[in-house]
Amino acid sequence: MKAKQINKIMYSAALLLMGALITYLFNWNEAVLNTLLIVATLVAGYPTFIKAWKASLMKLFSIELLVTIAVIGALIIGEYVESAAVTFLFLFGAFLEGRSLEKSRSSLKSLMEMAPLEANVLRDGIRSVIKAEDVVKNDLVIIQTGEKIPIDGRIISGRGSVNESTITGESVPVSKDENDQVFSGSILEGGYLEVIAEKVGEDTTFSKIIELVEEAQEGKAKTQRFLEKFAAIYTPGIMALSLLVWIVTQDVHLALTFLVIACPGALVISAPVSIVAGIGNGARNGILIKGGEVMENLSKLNAVVFDKTGTLTQGRPAVTTIKSFGISENKLLTMAAEAELISEHHLGKAIVKEAERNGLELVNKPTDVNVLKGRGIKVNLNGDSLYLGNRKGLFENNIDIDAKVNSYAVKQEESGNTAVFVANRNSVLGIISIADKVRSKAANTIHELKSAGIKHTVMLTGDNEHTANIVGKKIGIQKVFANLLPEDKVNKVKACMGKGIKLAMVGDGVNDAPAIATADVGIAMGVAGTDVAMETADVVLMADNLDKLVYMLKLSKATVRNMKQNMFLAIGTVALLLTGVLTKNVNLASGMLIHELSVLVVILNAIRLVQYKPNTIWERLVLRTQQGMRLISRSISVNRNSSSFVNKRRA
Amino acid sequence: MKTIKFQLETLTCPSCIAKIEGALNKEHGVEEAKVLFNSSKVKVKYDSEEVSSDQLEKLIEKVGFPVLSS
Repeated sequence: MKAKQINKIMYSAALLLMGALITYLFNWNEAVLNTLLIVATLVAGYPTFIKAWKASLMKLFSIELLVTIAVIGALIIGEYVESAAVTFLFLFGAFLEGRSLEKSRSSLKSLMEMAPLEANVLRDGIRSVIKAEDVVKNDLVIIQTGEKIPIDGRIISGRGSVNESTITGESVPVSKDENDQVFSGSILEGGYLEVIAEKVGEDTTFSKIIELVEEAQEGKAKTQRFLEKFAAIYTPGIMALSLLVWIVTQDVHLALTFLVIACPGALVISAPVSIVAGIGNGARNGILIKGGEVMENLSKLNAVVFDKTGTLTQGRPAVTTIKSFGISENKLLTMAAEAELISEHHLGKAIVKEAERNGLELVNKPTDVNVLKGRGIKVNLNGDSLYLGNRKGLFENNIDIDAKVNSYAVKQEESGNTAVFVANRNSVLGIISIADKVRSKAANTIHELKSAGIKHTVMLTGDNEHTANIVGKKIGIQKVFANLLPEDKVNKVKACMGKGIKLAMVGDGVNDAPAIATADVGIAMGVAGTDVAMETADVVLMADNLDKLVYMLKLSKATVRNMKQNMFLAIGTVALLLTGVLTKNVNLASGMLIHELSVLVVILNAIRLVQYKPNTIWERLVLRTQQGMRLISRSISVNRNSSSFVNKRRA
Repeated sequence: MKTIKFQLETLTCPSCIAKIEGALNKEHGVEEAKVLFNSSKVKVKYDSEEVSSDQLEKLIEKVGFPVLSS
């Protein structure tokens, strides 16, 4: 039966009940009243009876069956008011629950509604509008101002400002130029773009987000699993109990009432609604939290480990100075850039970029490229061996560093640079200093994390100690581990984990994927477009923005708090109602009413999370009061100290 | 092995998860049925030689849940 039909049935039942009420108020005729009530029972009960029947045909047990039995019982003993009220309330309750549940799930829905529908494609010189899902890889897609981008791709011509809020949760438009990446689901606010489709249909980042959130919403919280286990014992337990009630009291009606009221509706729904609303809120803000358990772990975090490069720093290192020994600086840079031309390493890229910026021509191609993980790169250039990298690599390749070169390198490092040694077979030819700017928000984020309950902050980096310590001090990180190889990071994360510590690892999700997988909660930041990171991490921050870390933490706390409120409410209501039933203070109809109301309150409470924003007026007020209290207590203790000081002097 | 997703009307009671999954898992050719309660969808892995998607849809409707789209 379709929802619309059921709604019609509900309205007609409501009319019948109103008719019955009027009949009762004007004291017309008992027979008319009873007929109206019986008809109302049958009308309102019809969908429930059908469902119960269908389920039992499939040999499945259902709550509808319980209600049906209870209603038949009520009809037999002549409790027409009760039978009419119960069937109507059951229907009306489901209706309200459906409506409000939809609200609690509205975040994902509103996201899904942002899915692009049409695409403007240029094929063989002919422009045509086709369905977004019909675009194939390598199609040329044209996007004009105000249009939604239908695919993930690379801009080959044109420029514009793009609103990527569906992906990253940030509504400030980003300006995009040739060769930049654009994402399906974002909106071109101004400009004109021609884009080559790279990912289409279900492979786009946007589709992946939807899929991920859908799955995440089913990912059960520990509390939820506990509740389900509880419900599994609870349901048969209640059945046995109601049987006992029947045997003891010989009252079928009471036993049935007990059975129907004890149905754990609010209880089963209390945890999932909060989790779903919380996950939905996150998704709308570019924070993908993969399930209830992750949400719970997040709320308990007390330690955060950061990967430095790309997380605390901008991840766009640039060459600051070049020092050569014996050859010209341009010659050094040219050789270095030629060697690093195909390098994927961010330092290598910075060197190539610098060479391009200076207009240097890169002609020679390196051969025998040998990437020395965590050390550098060794190539054959123009028949000569060339090494680029750190001291560890120099040492292992038996290349000498004289004191002068070394003291220069140390000086560079002390001022926050990474020194890249460029050397031939036997000596250092020069040093290229590269620095990566610290993010402007980093210090503030660390501070806010601390005030949100993070006691330990750690930074991991493959960089030298000097640079690492400078960055760490600048932004207020407690512990710094430098000179790490990628595999060391995992060990450091393991070493930091321990009793009473809930640890999150924040990184870019690509280079530090193993460390992210090791931590209690792995967080990948700024990963729109990188599938690997989206898959391995527990939390994915789509935007390249540290602020989201604080938002995520506060959202998780609010969600878990909300879940606990709901559970308390649900368990409390059931306990109260059952006592009421057994003491005969609650009958089936009023019990049903209160039961449905409690379900509704639980859902409404969860809906608050959909709108949740950290730092609401209320939270600020709490924070202020706490600060105020601290100030007062401090001034009291200061007074006490000074008075004791005075006392001492007197003595 | 094929995978299909059915969109249902808003699911309200968690007890319907067991109902739908139970009915589908009893069906021949169904490898795995999973109800995504919060997005009101059913994800079914099935062998298309033994059972068709139409049959699966009819089965879900027979338990009492109208399928909106697949």
